[in-house]
Amino acid sequence: MDFINAIVLLLNYIFVPALSYGSQLALGAIFVSLIYGILRFAYFTAGDLMSFGTMFTILFTWYFQSLGISLGVFPTALIAIPFGIIVTIFYVLVKDKLVFSYYRFKKSPPVMLAMVSIGTMFVTQAIVRIVIGPFDRRFFDGEKFILKANEFKEMTGLNEGLTIKSTQVITLFVTIIVVSILFWFLNKTKTGKSMRAYSDNEDLALLSGIDPKRVVMITWVIAAILATIGGTLYGLDKSFKPFTYFNNMLPIFAAAIVGGIGNPFGAFLGGYVIAFSEILVTYAYRKFFIYLLPESIEPDSLLQLLSTDYKFAVSFSILVVVLLFRPSGIFKGKVI
Amino acid sequence: MTFFSGEKMTGGYGGADIITSCTINVNRGEIVAILGPNGAGKSTAMKAMLGLLNLKSGKVYIDGKDISKLTPQDRVKEGISFVPQTRNVFTGLSVQENLEMGAYLREERVDEIINEIYELFPVLKEKKFQIVGELSGGQRQQVALGRALMTKPSVLMLDEPTAGVSPIVMDELFDHILKVKKTNVAIIMVEQNAKQALSIADRGYVLVTGENKFSGTGKELLNDPEVRRSFLGG
Repeated sequence: MDFINAIVLLLNYIFVPALSYGSQLALGAIFVSLIYGILRFAYFTAGDLMSFGTMFTILFTWYFQSLGISLGVFPTALIAIPFGIIVTIFYVLVKDKLVFSYYRFKKSPPVMLAMVSIGTMFVTQAIVRIVIGPFDRRFFDGEKFILKANEFKEMTGLNEGLTIKSTQVITLFVTIIVVSILFWFLNKTKTGKSMRAYSDNEDLALLSGIDPKRVVMITWVIAAILATIGGTLYGLDKSFKPFTYFNNMLPIFAAAIVGGIGNPFGAFLGGYVIAFSEILVTYAYRKFFIYLLPESIEPDSLLQLLSTDYKFAVSFSILVVVLLFRPSGIFKGKVI
Repeated sequence: MTFFSGEKMTGGYGGADIITSCTINVNRGEIVAILGPNGAGKSTAMKAMLGLLNLKSGKVYIDGKDISKLTPQDRVKEGISFVPQTRNVFTGLSVQENLEMGAYLREERVDEIINEIYELFPVLKEKKFQIVGELSGGQRQQVALGRALMTKPSVLMLDEPTAGVSPIVMDELFDHILKVKKTNVAIIMVEQNAKQALSIADRGYVLVTGENKFSGTGKELLNDPEVRRSFLGG
C-alpha cells in the first residue's frame, strides 16, 4: 500500500504537472525551432509573443463574458483563442513587414536579426504592459477539477490524493490536436514540404522555384497560432503575468536546443525533457521516501535538490551542457 | 542558331571580371563539357548562364529568346535546370520529397514525372522513402539529377557532377548523364576529370582565365597536342 501511495504521490506532484507544463513549453519550442530553421535566427520575442497572444485572448474572453457567452464546464477562453490568434497573426506580419523584412533583404547575419528580435521583444512587452498592465490575472472559468484529491482518496482508499485539473487535460488534448495537425501539414502537404526544403537548403529551394516570401509568411502565421495557444493554455493552467511569460523564454529555448534547433519534432519532445527535469529536480522527495523506507531510516530533511525559486537554473544548466557536448541537440538539428 | 547560348559574356561577382567575352552554346540532345584549370571561371560561366551573377556585357538566349535580364527563378521557368556542385539535395527530406520539390512549380500531378525519373534511376525507386542524408554519394548525385529533371527541362547544367565520387560511381553517373541526353535535353557540364568528360561529351570548351581558349568536338580536343599537354597531363 505504501508503495502505491508513493507512486500516486509522484503522479500527482510530478507526472501530471510536468506533462501539462511540458506541453505548454513544447508549443513555444516548436515555433522557436521553426523560426530558427526557416528565418535563421534566434527569436527572442518568443515568450512575449505568447503573452501578447494570451493578452488578446483574455480581452476577448472578458468581452464574451460580458455578453454572457460561456462554454459551461469549459473555460470561455477556448472560444476566444481563435480571435486572439487572428490579432497575433496580424501583429507578427506587420512586425515582419516593418522590421524583419528590411534585415532579410539586406542579408544581415543571424546575430543581428537575433538582436533585432530583442528589440521587438521590448516593444511587445511595452504593448502588453500598456494594454493590460503588469499584474497577475486569472481568466479561468468553468469547472476547475476533473478529479479532486478527496474523491480519489474515497474511490481508492489510499492516503494520497490525485488531483487532475481540467486545464491540464485541456492542455494535453489541445496540444495533441495542434501538434498532429502541424506535423501532418509539415510532412504531407506541398506547402509544408516546401517549408522543410527551404529550411534544409535555401539555395536549392530557390532554384526549385519555392517562393521565399510565402514560406516566411506561413512560418509567422504558424508561430502566431502556436504562441497564442501555448500562452493561453499556460495562463489557464497557472495565471497570466507578463513577466512570467518573459521568463519562460529560457525553458522554451532550452527545449528547442535540446531537441535540436530547427527540428520541430525534437523541440516538441524537448519541451517535455525540460519540464520533467525542472520538476524532478525541484520536487521535495521527503514524503516519497517516508512511504518507501522503514521508519528507522526515515529522512528528516526535505530532500529537495533545488528550491523551486531556482527552477530556471535547471533549464539553464541543460542548455549549457547540451551546447557544450552535443550542440546539434538530441534529435540532430542545426549546430549553433 | 544553337538552342541555348551565352554570347560574349563578361562579368564577375562584383570585383574583377572573372569571365571575359566567353561564349558557350549547346543544342538539344548534345553534351557540352566546360574544362579548364582551377580558377579559369568554368563554374562562373555556367552560373552566368543561369543568372546567378550580373553580366556587364553579353547575352544569354534560349530557343532564340533573350533571357539575359531574367532572375534565376524565371530562367528555371524557361526550362533551364541546374545541379550545383555541393548541397545539391535536400538532405533532411526523403528521395520522393526531393523529387516533389523539384517539381514545385508544376500545378498538375507529378506522379507520372516521378515514375519517369524512377525508370531512369531505378535505385531511387527502391529508396524512395529513405532520407537522402543517409544515401551514398553516388545515389545522392542521382537524387540531385532527378530533382533537376523534375521540371522537364530543355537544358540541364551540371556543376562538377563527379566531384568527390569514386571512379566506379563516376562511370555510372556518366552512363546516367548519357541516358538523360537521349531524352533530347541539352546538357552543359563543368568537369575536372577532363579525359572522362570529353569521352562522353559531343563538344568541349577549354577556358583559361575566363576566356575561350580552345573549343571543338571531344575527339578534337583529346587529340589536340596543346590541350593534352596543358590540361590532360600529356
